[in-house]
Formats: sequence, structure tokens, C-alpha cells
Amino acid sequence: MRVIVQEDAFDGGAELNAFTAAQSNMGAIVSFTGIVRDVAAGLKQMDIEHYPGMTERALEQIAADAMTRWDLGDVLVIHRYGPLHPDEPIMMVATASKHRKDAFEAADFLMDFLKSRAPFWKKEQTFASNDWVASKQEDEDALKRW
Amino acid sequence: MDVLYFAWVRERIGLPKETVETKAATVIELVEELRAREERYALAFSDLSALRVAVDQDLTDFDAPINGAREVAFFPPMTGG
Repeated sequence: MRVIVQEDAFDGGAELNAFTAAQSNMGAIVSFTGIVRDVAAGLKQMDIEHYPGMTERALEQIAADAMTRWDLGDVLVIHRYGPLHPDEPIMMVATASKHRKDAFEAADFLMDFLKSRAPFWKKEQTFASNDWVASKQEDEDALKRW
Repeated sequence: MDVLYFAWVRERIGLPKETVETKAATVIELVEELRAREERYALAFSDLSALRVAVDQDLTDFDAPINGAREVAFFPPMTGG
């Protein structure tokens, strides 16, 4: 299990290859990469603030919960902070399991909890405004699936 | 104890962190003390349903005890992922 919180960009393909190469006898690897999307008003920059210390603790707890709930060989979580631009990767998760269902479900679970239980806050600087991204009720509701 | 603010809470109060001498036994008692300080605090803490709190880096509720806590952090609902 590996949790990385960093400002620098990461190479999702290289990370996935390294994660895959580190496994043995895992029949399924699932990965998800989140990318900064442009917005209608034109996104200049997205700033991600986080709570150093708590961020790592929260991500490690979420990853450990996934390892407990599903039959997983390994979990990788990478989440960036600082200034980001459209089309840059924000975060990725990868799961390794003997079986496809566990790998998919655990990745989905990790994403739902990263959205609203890890202390990150996004601020969008567009050509029209500079606003904190509001949390969505649907993201909160998504946690009830688990 | 250290009191930390993030995102728009930090912007409204105007600082990311401060050391507070308090006799508050719970988070809500600490909030009441802060609200009474200045308008910017009263404004930041005007709607607690829009805020989340962590005591010693664990998410908790506003009625949670803070005796012996090292740090209390206030922030809006998180928007990671």
C-alpha cells in the first residue's frame, strides 16, 4: 500500500507500469486517473489546498479500509496539491487483486472517499471569477453505497 | 492549542493558523469564543452546516471534546479527487 501526496506532476502511465510490475499473481489491476477539466468560463488555473499531516493520515486510512473490505494485493493513491492547469493529472488510484470485481469495487470506493473525506479543497481561477469549488450532495450520497 | 483554517474559512478569517488560549471543553464552545472575538470570526462561523471540523487531524462533530487536543481545524466540506 502506497500513498503519495505531492505538488509535482506525475506520469500516470509510468506509475501504473511500476505498480503492475511490483505485483505477483494478481489477476486484475484497475486504475483511475483524474484530470483537470476546463470550464465554460475558461479555466486559467486550479489551486488545490490541503491539510498537511491530516491528508496523509486520511488517505492511508481510506486505503487501509479498502484493503480490509476487499481481497486486494496492493493499493496505490497519488494526489496532488498546488497550482494545476487543464489536462494535467490531479490524482490516481490503482488496485491489484486476484479478481476483477474486487479491483473495480475497491477503486470505486477509494474515489468516492477521496472526493469528500480527504482534506483537499479546489479553487477555480477562471477568466470570469475565482471561486472555491462547492461540495456536491451527490458526492456525499455516494458514500452511502458503501 | 493551535487552531487552523482552510480554504474560504482561512480567507474570511485572514490567517491560516493561530495559537489560542482557551478553556473551551468542546468544539462548539471554542466556536462561541471565536465568534465573540471579531466580526470576521462571526462571519466565518455564521453557518456551521457549511463547516467541518477536525480535532487532532480526525474528522469529528461540533460537540466533540477538545480537552488536551493539540490542534483543531475548521474548513468547508472537502473537494478532493
